[in-house]
Amino acid sequence: MSKTLIINGEEYAFDGSKTVLQIARENGIYIPSLCYHPRLGPLSKCRVCVVEVDGMRGLQTSCSLFPTDGMRVQTDTARVIEARKMVVNMLLANGNHNCMICEMNGDCELQDAAYHLGIEFPAFLVEQKEEKDDSSAFILRDPGKCIECGRCIEGCNRMVVNEVLDFGFRGGHTQVICDTGIPMGESSCVQCGECVQLCPVGALIEKKGLGKARRWETEKVRTTCPYCGVGCQLELHVKDEQIVRVTGVEGARPNQGHLCVKGRYGYDFIYSKDRLTTPLIREGKDFREASWDEALDLVANKFKEIIKKDGPDAIAGVSCARSINEDSYNMQKLFRAVIGTNNIDHCART
Amino acid sequence: MTNSFSEFENAKLFFCIGTNMTEAHPVASYFVKRAVNKGAKLIVADPRRHALADKADIYAQIKVGSDVAFLNGLMHVLITENLYDKKFVEENTEEFENLKAAVMQYPVDKASKISGVSEDVMREIARTMASIKPGMLCYTLGITEHTCGKNNVMSTANLQMLLGNMGVECGGVNPLRGQNNVQGACDMGALPNVYPGYQKVDDPAMKEKFMKAWGVSELSQKPGLMIPDMMAGLPTKKVKAFYIFGENLANTEPNITHVEHELASAEFLVCNDIFPTETTRFAHVIFPAAAWSEDDGTFTSSERRVNRVRKVKQAPGLAKPNWWIFKEIARRMGHDWASSSAREIWDNELSVLAPAYGGIKYYRIEQDGLQWPCPNEEHPGTSFLHRDGKFSRGKGLFKGIQWTPPAEVEDEEYPFVLSTGRRLFHYHSRTQTGRAGMDMILPEETADISPSDAAKLGIKNNEYVIVSSRRGTVKVKARVTGQIPPGLVWMAFHFRDGNANWLTNNVFDPETKTAEYKACAVKLEKVV
Repeated sequence: MSKTLIINGEEYAFDGSKTVLQIARENGIYIPSLCYHPRLGPLSKCRVCVVEVDGMRGLQTSCSLFPTDGMRVQTDTARVIEARKMVVNMLLANGNHNCMICEMNGDCELQDAAYHLGIEFPAFLVEQKEEKDDSSAFILRDPGKCIECGRCIEGCNRMVVNEVLDFGFRGGHTQVICDTGIPMGESSCVQCGECVQLCPVGALIEKKGLGKARRWETEKVRTTCPYCGVGCQLELHVKDEQIVRVTGVEGARPNQGHLCVKGRYGYDFIYSKDRLTTPLIREGKDFREASWDEALDLVANKFKEIIKKDGPDAIAGVSCARSINEDSYNMQKLFRAVIGTNNIDHCART
Repeated sequence: MTNSFSEFENAKLFFCIGTNMTEAHPVASYFVKRAVNKGAKLIVADPRRHALADKADIYAQIKVGSDVAFLNGLMHVLITENLYDKKFVEENTEEFENLKAAVMQYPVDKASKISGVSEDVMREIARTMASIKPGMLCYTLGITEHTCGKNNVMSTANLQMLLGNMGVECGGVNPLRGQNNVQGACDMGALPNVYPGYQKVDDPAMKEKFMKAWGVSELSQKPGLMIPDMMAGLPTKKVKAFYIFGENLANTEPNITHVEHELASAEFLVCNDIFPTETTRFAHVIFPAAAWSEDDGTFTSSERRVNRVRKVKQAPGLAKPNWWIFKEIARRMGHDWASSSAREIWDNELSVLAPAYGGIKYYRIEQDGLQWPCPNEEHPGTSFLHRDGKFSRGKGLFKGIQWTPPAEVEDEEYPFVLSTGRRLFHYHSRTQTGRAGMDMILPEETADISPSDAAKLGIKNNEYVIVSSRRGTVKVKARVTGQIPPGLVWMAFHFRDGNANWLTNNVFDPETKTAEYKACAVKLEKVV
């Protein structure tokens, strides 16, 4: 028999595998959270997701609270709202949260929390934190925006097990550090960007996308990574045919949202000015530009001539292990059905 | 791969041989490391003590090219100590005696001498693998890129069958494939002996089937040439026209000087590419192609999963999809093909002709892809092969394998072994990563050498050295690292300058024609 959880007076059935936060969200009840990420599970650090529970002393973090049968939870009492406001106000005061120019504007979980709590202006004075860390090739760290939720640290150590990030220093001086507190670009970081994908605010940002698009301007297109054979699923964030950012598709097989440095940051070769843009035909030591008709006819006629003179086995072809299946299919079909040879291979065994 | 990446996280044991996963397949390594943090055992066998070895319970620093002897030695322990899976062997395999006869010639002391791995460590590995079931065996090009590559692969299969690790979840033989779509290009029949879906060209029934499907009155039943034989046919004029689609052979094939001689002697060379490369220099005609993100289509990953690739931008200038270029050549040679998009090619041709893909259609792979075999549209796909030890050929066939050394081994004149591979921040000849900012992190090639050899030769980290083989010479910076054992030089092939393939040996496995990129002899000199 299923058990019942009562949230704000409404009954919800549950089976015991989910937390109060998960059940609430699945049923359209907004509880703000900052350190919680579905992939990481409860970290119980930020205390923004607190709720009031009948019979329990003190407010409870809903991200780590598993319901019991008949549990009564209130998500919006004055006491809850006051506690959340205090937490968010403290976080806002503890950094430089200037939404106007922040890359995460529109996709920031701190901004969402402040919006829902109606915090028009931080209640406390803003304290400027340390400088941005610009040392890494692809990742910009802005400690001024860090809310020390710990998601990046969990991702780095528990998810991708690259073991670079940790909390350093103590109390009010606590901050996320790389290795022993050295700049990211000098550390053992391999720039997989797991931390960037998990960051709920603008403290870890892709450099390649800086200034290219506001979050709401991009269209998200799912695709497959063009590098190794793992087949990671990517989400391309595209504005006007420009990929401005790449993230791993959360929950997708096989990569479950994770990526490596090439998959996340190796995408912009397609925009290189070196691209071949027209058919080329050799003329002495150089090439001259040609139309498709001229180049295609030249190749077709040359193949026909060789087949006539030397037979189809005098033509051989190497297909591409990087391009799509359908390209390889058509190439082998050209060799077998049109030219008349099985001289078709690719770098299959290397 | 017989099994799937999603099984990694729940695996109980990994045996990783010849795979530098953290750099070549980083995302796969995350799942291995996570499993290890949850208690899985990890055994790493590799000449280099690379990053995955840091997480290993047992690390075996095997000598380059000793894999068969090493694996036979492990199987010797399993058989002589009665630790192998007798039930699996009896019920699901044949020719065990053939295997045993070969393995008995590799007692641990002999295998240890050849592989450089101590007898104790070999016994510990064999006993660990026998006591934790199932175990996943993973390998990459450290196994295949040898003149005995096929034998290496068969030995990994022998080991997993002997342990009864086949046909089960979290087991199997799992080659992590190097390119995004090398699995797919094989599946599509870009191979000289098979049509799409591994249907043999010398089978008359298959010939009939494809003649009918493609509307032609003849198809050749003679298996074609593999790449090295195609290229060898260029100077002899056996091959008059050579069509290279998207491969930069001038940098990626072994012995660049020789390869360039072959390419230069082509009577007619056609290339499809997205960039001018070292290879297109030799072309007579170059077709500009649409790149990744400029065309819809599919890739098939290592785990046999067919995934969608999507278009987000137009190709630049006059560049066109590759399938269109082939279709247009066919049309000008008198063949009109009906399919005019990747989706039509897949849905109306490939998935109809290749039984293993029968159930994979574009509408079914909008989100997560499907893993073949997937014979019909109700089929959920196959996460692991040979379920319950039922192999595609019936019973699993053991084969006794003898160890053979690399074609070229170190000697007085060339006293070091050169082995090669890929690094994390670049991909192959850098046509892509070199244009995506990765040079900021890794701007040039290095020769990785051991601290003791560096000290012996008076070479400091980042100093230039000359590395030469019987085929060529390069000048590169030395990277002194404890990952490398004495006697080994390790290099990659990402940069034109200092490319390992100026040095590598153009000798091949007799059957697979895979080059011995992983072993040749070189000398190392300090630049004075």
